[in-house]
Amino acid sequence: MADQVLDAKGLNCPLPILRTKKALKDMPTGATLEVLATDPGAVKDFEAFCRTTGNELVSSGEAGGIYSFVIKHTA
Amino acid sequence: MSGDTNEKSMSIIVTKGTLDWAYPPFILATTAAAMGLDVTMFFTFYGLTLLKKDLDLKVNPLGNAAMEMPMGGGHMAMPNILAALPGATALTTNMMKNMIKKKGVASIEELRELAIEADVKMIACQMTMDLFEYKKEDMIDGPVLGGAASWVDVATRSDINLYI
Repeated sequence: MADQVLDAKGLNCPLPILRTKKALKDMPTGATLEVLATDPGAVKDFEAFCRTTGNELVSSGEAGGIYSFVIKHTA
Repeated sequence: MSGDTNEKSMSIIVTKGTLDWAYPPFILATTAAAMGLDVTMFFTFYGLTLLKKDLDLKVNPLGNAAMEMPMGGGHMAMPNILAALPGATALTTNMMKNMIKKKGVASIEELRELAIEADVKMIACQMTMDLFEYKKEDMIDGPVLGGAASWVDVATRSDINLYI
């Protein structure tokens, strides 16, 4: 279970990333954030976001058209 | 952007001020800032209108043969002769704004606000201010006034330089 959940369902690029960044900023290092999204582009974007920022993408998955990403705030 | 390890930077020259062309620079600027980049936007010519306090952005398919709108399961393009008629700009603008809302796409006002929040630096072209007789009080607070040299200075220190 992630420490915090961000509902970005229904939002299109780049809002899920922008909201994620905002949420991570207020979280302590080591805390985990689960992001829920419906934008299929988010799959590649969250990989890219984590690679560039140095935050850890712990897991990513999809169920019933809803994508979920667990990100560990490490950067 | 304290606490970010990414020290890369990006500059964008923003030259267009229609509803459609306003998106790429603001989307890239906000996203790059969210990814830890130091971002500078230089607003010149029609792009300068994007710094007005009251945005009234419009779009018209005239001369843009690639523009088509989803309609009845397919796509429709507007012939130039119709796009030139009075009311065509309002019609197309309304259609695009409805789609933006329906598809969960941010408004330009929202993206601009997010860019300012993310400390994106903005430079307003002084020459364009003079040329089109824009007043400083009509523009949002925050952007600094500058010219080509200001952008070149930023660009020489940026990893990514875009012209939109």
